[in-house]
Order: sequence, then C-alpha cells, then structure tokens
Amino acid sequence: MNGMISNLGLLINATLVATPPLLLAALGSCFSERSGVINLGIEGMMTIGAFTGAAMGLVAGNGWIAFLCGGLAGAAMAVIHAIVCIQFHADQTIAGTAINFIGPGLALFLAKAIYGSSDTPPLDISDKLPKMFEGWFPSGSFLGNVLNVYSVAYLVFVFAFIAWFVFYKTKFGTHLRAVGEHPEACESLGINVYLVRYICVILSGFMAGLGGAFVTVATINQFRPSVIVGQGFIAIAAVIFGKFSPEGAAKACLLFGFCSGVKSIISMSNVVSPNLISMIPYIVTIIALILFVGKAHTPAANGKPFVKSK
Amino acid sequence: MRKRKSILETSVLYTLIAIVLGFVIGAIFLVVAGISPAAAYGKLIDGVFGKPKFMVWTLVYASPLIFTGMSVAFSLRTGVFNIGAEGQFVVGSLAACAIGILVDLPAVIHVPLCLAAAAAAGFIWSYLVGLLKVKRGIHEVLSYIMFNWIAFYLSNYAVNTAVLHKEGNGEATKDVLDSARLLFPQGILKALNCTGANWGFILAVAAAVLMWVIIEKTTLGYRLKAVGYNKEAATFGGINADQSILTALGISGALAGIGGAVQILGMAGRISQFAGQEGYGFEGITVALIGGSSPLGCIFSGIFYGAMKYGGAKLTMVGAPEEVIDIIMGCVIIFIAISSVFKGLLMKVVKKK
Repeated sequence: MNGMISNLGLLINATLVATPPLLLAALGSCFSERSGVINLGIEGMMTIGAFTGAAMGLVAGNGWIAFLCGGLAGAAMAVIHAIVCIQFHADQTIAGTAINFIGPGLALFLAKAIYGSSDTPPLDISDKLPKMFEGWFPSGSFLGNVLNVYSVAYLVFVFAFIAWFVFYKTKFGTHLRAVGEHPEACESLGINVYLVRYICVILSGFMAGLGGAFVTVATINQFRPSVIVGQGFIAIAAVIFGKFSPEGAAKACLLFGFCSGVKSIISMSNVVSPNLISMIPYIVTIIALILFVGKAHTPAANGKPFVKSK
Repeated sequence: MRKRKSILETSVLYTLIAIVLGFVIGAIFLVVAGISPAAAYGKLIDGVFGKPKFMVWTLVYASPLIFTGMSVAFSLRTGVFNIGAEGQFVVGSLAACAIGILVDLPAVIHVPLCLAAAAAAGFIWSYLVGLLKVKRGIHEVLSYIMFNWIAFYLSNYAVNTAVLHKEGNGEATKDVLDSARLLFPQGILKALNCTGANWGFILAVAAAVLMWVIIEKTTLGYRLKAVGYNKEAATFGGINADQSILTALGISGALAGIGGAVQILGMAGRISQFAGQEGYGFEGITVALIGGSSPLGCIFSGIFYGAMKYGGAKLTMVGAPEEVIDIIMGCVIIFIAISSVFKGLLMKVVKKK
C-alpha cells in the first residue's frame, strides 16, 4: 500500500516535471495565435532557449539568470518572426518553418563553436534552478516524492493564471483577442494592430525560450541535441486542442504531461514496450478530438497578414 | 501575342537572391565563430563537385528529398499544408522495409511491391488526417503533428519486434533482401565508384513529370487548384471541395511514402532506431518552397538541398559545424517568404533609372 502511494507520488512528480516546458510554450503561443499570428516556430525558439539557458548557467552560475536569458533568446528569435510576418506580411507558416531550422541549427552551431561538442558541459546543482521544498519531507515519502520539483514548476501554474487574467480581465486582453478576429475594425477604433501583434509574438518567443531553458536548467543539467525534440510541436498541439485559450491549453498540457509521466513510470517496469506507451498521448488526443472537442474556432484573422490602411 | 515578362517579375530571380543572402548570413556566423567562410564554402563546393562520385552521392541524397518536396508542394496547390510528410515518410519506409525483409520475390515484382506498399502506407496516413479535417473539422496541423509522432514511435516499436529486428544488433532491423534493393547493377556501381547509386533519382524525375501532368493537364489537377485558389468559389462552381482535399492529401502522402521507400531500398537498406525525427518531411517543406511549389522545381531544389546535406556533412573536416547548413536554409526560406519586399525595392531602383 505504502509502495503504491509512493508510486502515485512519483507519477504526480513526473507530471510536474514534464508539464512546465510545454505549458510555458503553450501559454505564450496562445497570445500569438489569438492576436492573429501563427507561431509554428515554437520548437526553434524552445531549442535556442534551452541552449542559451545551459550556456548562461555556466557563465552566470545562477539558475534564475540562466532561465531568464533562455527566455530572452527565444524572444530574439520571435523578433525575426514578428518582423517577417507583421511588417513584411510573409506567410506565417513558412516563416515558422524557417525558425525551426534556424533555432536548432544555431543552438548546435554555437554549442560546437564554443564548447567543441554538441553537448554543453553539465551544470553544477548549485547553478541550476532551486527546488523549493528540498529537505522538507523525508525522501521516498508521498509528499517527498510529489514535491521533489524545481520551484519554476509551481511558478508555471501562477503564470497560467496570470495569462488567463490578462486574456479576459484586462483591456490588453480584449484588444489582443479582437485583433485576431477583426483587425480592420480594431484599426478603425484606434487600436494599434501591429503593436499588439508585436507584443504577443515576442511574448510567445519569450515564453517558449523559458520553456526550453526549464529543460536544461532544471529537468536536466546540460544542452544536448535531443533535449527539445518535438516539445514545441506538442505545445502547439496543446494550444489548438485547448481551443486557443490559456485555460484550455493548460488542461491539454497537463494531459500531455500526465501521459508522459505514466510513460516514464511504466517504462521502468519493462512490461510493455515503451514505444507503444509513448504513442498513447497522441492517440488519446486524436480520440478526444473526435469524441469531445469537435471544431475548434480558429481566430478569424489567424495567419492572415494585416496591411495597414494608409 | 503574349507580353514578355520582365525579369523582375520572375520568382526564380528572388529565389536566387534568397539563396545568395542565405549564404551571406551563413558566412557572417562562420566569421563570428572564427572559421573562414572561404574555406568552409570551398569545402562545400569541393565536397559536391570535387569528384564524379560526389555528384552521384548528391543525387542519392536528393532523391528522397525530391519526393517529400513534391509531397508538400502538391498539398500546397490545394491550399492545405502537409506538415505531416515526416510521418508519411516514416510509415512509407517502414512498409517498404517490412515487405523488403519478409517477402521473398524476384526483383521485378519485389521492388514495385515495396514501392506500392510504401505509397499505400503514406496515402492512408495522410488520408486519415484529411478525413479528420473534412468530417470532424479537426485542424490538419494538429492531426499531422500527432500522426508524425505516432509514426515515429510505431517505427521504433517495429524495429524492435522479433520478426524485423536483427539479432545481436541493438539498434536496427535486418537488411532488406537484395531483390528489394533499388541499387543499380554491380557493373554500373563500379563504373560510378559509388556504392549507393540507385534508381531513386530516376523515379523521382518520373514522378515529378507525372505530377506536373496531373496538376497542369488533367481535370483532377484543375479541380485541386481551383479549391486551392478559392474554396467557396470552387464549391459554387460545382466542385466537391472536401473530396478534392482528401484526394490531394492522399496523393501528397503517397509521394512522401515513396520517398521513404527510396531512402530504405536505395540508400540505407534497413531502418535504425530513431533518436529524434529524421527531418526528411520538414526538409521537404523547404524543398517545396525553394521549388516554387512546382513538381519540376522540386527536382532542382531537391538537388540543391541534397548537395547542401551531402557537402555539409563534410564541413567538419575544416572545423566548421555542419549546422551552418540549417542556418543557411532557414534564412533562405525567410528571404523567399519576404521576396515581395525585394521585388518592391528592385522595382523602385529600376523606375528611378
């Protein structure tokens, strides 16, 4: 019985470890998508954030600074995406695809140029993000297992609440949602469509960068080519699954995080092929979409470049 | 009489400008990293054109990319973005590999059977996404992402099943039987001095011509394009838009699937366990964009990308990280995406004169 409860603790813990990178990226993506700019480049932004986080952890020796720098690197990538999509009216899907080449390419290029290897040197525990409840509960106990998580994992849920608040309770939130539905009307009301979209896209890159940095500065302790593999795409999937809302995306990310937790627990026991278990989240998503979710309302102006009237 | 188009109107010009600018940006990164761009690009050019066998290898690398490029290009013509070519490529290679290992037939039947199985697998993988879109209104980008990962893990699972797995080798399947290989006859391999030379490129060119005929010369192609230009207008004109999308996505998937077969039967000979997505599908997006979404354009852009991949792998010899290729290709895509800006600039300059 005790073993089972402790295992449940491990499962919750694994969920809390797997969810934050997805949720950070997905929350940011909600802003971008709802303001009318598709950001398919999340994966690239996460990867550059992951590398920058690991590299800055080595330089600064402080997990929080490293984490923040990861976000800034993602934001820098997003500036390119924003200029290309908003200013120059480029096809957003294509621009995002380009970011997905440049981000990982640049991360590996820099890793090899600076460290002579695709992996960055490992960070010391003291240079990583702290664990908030370290040592409060005996290790192996239920709470000890559950709360053996980096502080940012809790912060992420605060972020989710803030995102929800900004979306529905602030003037900026109303503007950003309106801009994604009917930019022409917004412009005639004096809303600066370009400015709102710039803020949202850059914020999206910043959050994706934070998500990437979480992996390298908290979950593991270095950058490797395989750290992000697809998490950016999963975050996008979570946003569409969650109907482009922060609360929906949060639920979807928790689902993916939970599936990933189940996977890591079951694969320890070696009964079922881990590859089959790994498929479950994706199959579950498709089934859930068929059965329950139905047609997601895509923001009407999503993907359509807006040309200012002169 | 048809008015001659000004050179400033041709998209090929802007594609070339984009490629040049991509290399310029790549050079900047190389300089910052303390590597001579002349040495790196010299190696790249030498690595592709230095010996006849290098050029043959370039075509070997290009063949699967031409297929995934055509796959993406074909879907774009109907206004749907096949971001799932990656998954269709994987199920295609898996189908070809399984038939190539498990069925023993004379080569004349074996090879076409493998290719057909790969095409069918890719077709189904993409068609399902189309059904989800048409019947349930599920965003195709979402389903494609899911299907890419299901294919990824399916392949890793299959690699480790008893029937396909090679004993004593932790990472890969058995080799496909010789009768299923797409390789040129031994004599030609020797003459070309290239162990990987295969029919893939010739197949790719044949497929490109076929696709061009379908798109430009048949009513099916006309219907698909009409839906791509304006779905509502096409529907009003009596075209079944849903059916057209399904057909286009199916064909698109089949092309990516054959690309997977060409990679396995031509080059690799077996499937290895993946650590991360192989990227053929995503590279296909780039090939389609550089090729202007036309099947014939994809032949050239596929060769270009194949050359970058094959030559790029040799960059480590001069101490340059091969990832500079990804940076260059990413920048090329961005510059193609904003080619209207360059067009505006050039037009202004010309007018002033």
